[in-house]
Amino acid sequence: MRAGEIRDHLRESRLFGARLTIVASVVVALTGLLFLRLAYIQIVNYRHFATLSQENRVKPVPIPPVRGTIYDRNGVVLAQNYPVLTLEIVPDQVDDMGELLKELGKIVTLNERDLKLFAKQLRERPRFESLTLRTHLTDEEAARFALVRHRWNGAELRARLQRHYPQGALAVHAIGYVGRINEEEADNIDRNTYRGTQHIGKLGIEQSYEDTLLGTVGFEKVETDAHGRAIRVLERIAPVAGRHLHLSLDARMQAIAEQAIGTFKGVAVAMDPKTGAVLAFASNPTYDPNPFVNGIDTDSYTALRESKDKPLLNRALNGQYAPGSTIKSFLGLAALDAGENPAKQITCPGWYALPGSSHHFRCWKKAGHGTVDLHTAVVQSCDVYFYKLAVTLGIERLNSYLAGFGFGSPTGVDIRGESKGALPQPDAKQRRGQPWQPGETVITGIGQGAVLVTPLQLATALSGIANRGLRPQPRLVQAIEDPATHARTPLPPSPMQSSGAYTPEQIEIMVHNLTDVVNGEGGTARSIGWNAPYKIAGKTGTAQVKGVGQAESYVESRTAEHLRDHALFIAFAPVDDPQIAVAVIVENGGHGGSVAAPIARKLMDQYLIGSVNPAIKVVVPNSGDAD
Amino acid sequence: MKRLQRWHIDIPLFYALLALAGISLLMVYSASAENLTVLVKHVVRLFVGFGILFMVSQIRPEVLRRLAPILFGVGVLLLIAVLGFGIVLKGARRWLGVGGVSFQPAEVMKLALPMMLAWYFARVPLPPNLRQLALAGLITLVPVALIAKQPDLGTAILVLGSGFAMLFLAGMYWRILAALAALVAVAVPYVWTHLHGYQQKRILTLLDPASDPLGAGYHTLQGMIAIGSGGFFGKGWLNSSQAHLDYLPESSTDFIFAVFAEEFGLLGILVLLGIYLFIVYRGFLIAWLAQDSFTRMLAGGLTLVFFFYFFVNVGMVSGILPVVGVPLPLISYGGTAVVTLMAAFGMLMSIHTHRKMTG
Repeated sequence: MRAGEIRDHLRESRLFGARLTIVASVVVALTGLLFLRLAYIQIVNYRHFATLSQENRVKPVPIPPVRGTIYDRNGVVLAQNYPVLTLEIVPDQVDDMGELLKELGKIVTLNERDLKLFAKQLRERPRFESLTLRTHLTDEEAARFALVRHRWNGAELRARLQRHYPQGALAVHAIGYVGRINEEEADNIDRNTYRGTQHIGKLGIEQSYEDTLLGTVGFEKVETDAHGRAIRVLERIAPVAGRHLHLSLDARMQAIAEQAIGTFKGVAVAMDPKTGAVLAFASNPTYDPNPFVNGIDTDSYTALRESKDKPLLNRALNGQYAPGSTIKSFLGLAALDAGENPAKQITCPGWYALPGSSHHFRCWKKAGHGTVDLHTAVVQSCDVYFYKLAVTLGIERLNSYLAGFGFGSPTGVDIRGESKGALPQPDAKQRRGQPWQPGETVITGIGQGAVLVTPLQLATALSGIANRGLRPQPRLVQAIEDPATHARTPLPPSPMQSSGAYTPEQIEIMVHNLTDVVNGEGGTARSIGWNAPYKIAGKTGTAQVKGVGQAESYVESRTAEHLRDHALFIAFAPVDDPQIAVAVIVENGGHGGSVAAPIARKLMDQYLIGSVNPAIKVVVPNSGDAD
Repeated sequence: MKRLQRWHIDIPLFYALLALAGISLLMVYSASAENLTVLVKHVVRLFVGFGILFMVSQIRPEVLRRLAPILFGVGVLLLIAVLGFGIVLKGARRWLGVGGVSFQPAEVMKLALPMMLAWYFARVPLPPNLRQLALAGLITLVPVALIAKQPDLGTAILVLGSGFAMLFLAGMYWRILAALAALVAVAVPYVWTHLHGYQQKRILTLLDPASDPLGAGYHTLQGMIAIGSGGFFGKGWLNSSQAHLDYLPESSTDFIFAVFAEEFGLLGILVLLGIYLFIVYRGFLIAWLAQDSFTRMLAGGLTLVFFFYFFVNVGMVSGILPVVGVPLPLISYGGTAVVTLMAAFGMLMSIHTHRKMTG
């Protein structure tokens, strides 16, 4: 206390008391404020925060459904799922990706391909998603990883169901495959439906029956901590497995077709003409779909894509071929409908020329067929007869007859991306300023020029004749099976379409003619008919790949392989009660009768009598000349 | 009971502190995800705390008075030292390491400043004149500026608050108070521009925590979720999902009140607020009954420091104050604050039990 200042203790005490009272009031007021605030949060906003707390705590984790199995008509598994151990990484949770990959590389084998695929995912996929580093871990690798797992964040071992195609390359063009959902697909799918699912059907049946195969996603309500780690499962809504598909496809026939075509490029499509049920859908060369499931590496894909044999091309669905002489099966009916007398005879001198033109349209038989009626013209495949017919009908009527058999439009098969072939379009050509040449009409009569068909269209159109006028819509899936009850629901019968206003008599005439192609004197496909225990009707064809000049003649052995003619054969059997219709095209195979017909016969043998006559052999082309 | 009094222990205050310590043990155990090691460490710290309480309460108020300017001087020197060669942790230089033990000099100031101001006001007639008030203001602002420089906004505010409270208790004129209020209003924009980015952000998100739920508002939002989901009755002891699932940051230290509110609800809060208010009441009573200027100023000031701790912490956890690192007094896990607060209560008890009964 400094000198000179007099302290008034009583006054100071009273002052302090007053101030303390004020401070105490403030303390009480502030505490009251806190209490009101807390009461507001806990009582008034209780529901809001309780919900937030629950949401914090509980996260729905999707359980992807098991994709449906695909079976052939006899129950052979074509596509299934089996569990594989995968090593997955969530990039968001990783501190040092380079270090992690280096360390993991010491524990499990990581080859260049694995790392490349992972780097690709890392670029393209969201960082919070689980990305696959390695699939098919061995038990030993899994055990090694489990031991040191705690050392890193973000790396997890998972048992994933992976799509597998046990038959490998067999029927890949029909079945297709699944692959990882890409960005474009991700934009087009319902994200909720695909929660937890990483794959989607990319091609074939896998693609077109995606909704059936997929199933319904299930959910687990999992209590998670702030780092997203699951603590325990609170509730579970089981996923509903995808439904199984039973195809009409016969894996044995498919194998026979693919083996018979062998190293050729080619197609064999077989179907039940009454129902359109596809029995074989072979397109050679094939490829193994299994590498596509988790993303094929760029090198392998480039090799497939750039192969000159075009294995990725679905020849049955998208191959567009000149029908060659097989078109005569349909134009024969057109002739009858147009009022041609089947008995009317023309003369084939080995060539045909338009009035006032010196250009010779050659018949495949240089010496000519002599006098020819419709029967002979079909059986011996006389070109001159059909040149004349084409000119008589004109391009417009030719077109409308061909359209009646389904050419120029998709068949409506249950695989997406079908090509529709092409019919001659003189109007369109003229609009482009190019005049329609009369000669183009002429060659349409023998299935050359502007007309292009797919093998599937050929088989379907022929089914129309086999079925005596009604043409089925081809279909690969026969029935859908509920995985829980195993109840099979057959698909409703596929719609039938009329191929044209042909009388039964007209159709029987043509069926008879086609029967004689295989069985009759001089028939171009007699090689497969003479020893068959059932009656086959069919038509051979040869489609030119390279134009042959007026003064030249086509000699197969002197023509580069990729320019050689395509061999075609279409057939159905038994003639009186058709159960199978087949279209075979062997690219650069030469002659329908010797190369394509035996393949068709093998398929018919297998389907109708359950075994293939070993005497049936595909004749490797030589310099023979029959069409 | 008489024996405790003989050892200069104020019995009602002692029991209230024991109650808080008990709650603290329950909460630290729960918030640390039932970690026994943490609990044992906490028990040890509480024992140390009560030991310090016991030792300080033996010191006569006259000794405390003589110690005040020394302690304050040492405190200021330590604060300067910490700015020079303190340990940087999380972007702030707050810690001083001496022979393997590290401590925060700012913590010392929470006691030293009230002691210093009490010492000063005991030397002048009250109410103080303008010159005396200015000097007292300077005594306050020097440590506050040094602490804010670290930066440790929470402690700076606490220390500033305690200094201001002392000025008010000393009988500062109302018109000066009004002038100060005006000055603060003018200073706010200036201070704002000199705040660190994270400090500004904390204040901004206070206004709307949901605006940045995973960033600066995360602490506040998760704290409010914990409190709100507790409801009236709470989820029960050890049932705080916010803390157990790691959503709540700093759950055993600064945000332990949120865990308490989640587990014990508004009912538990009523009890806890009751205990705190009782301690404050007891502190004010001690100040009221104190026999000289130094002791009543010191008792009032220390009690208010304790209250500020509590108010700032609960205010921040419940989202009405910005998130500044202030623990819940005597409940949060952590050593330094326990030591400081127990020493403060030791002084209060000393003041109360060393009264001359004749007075």
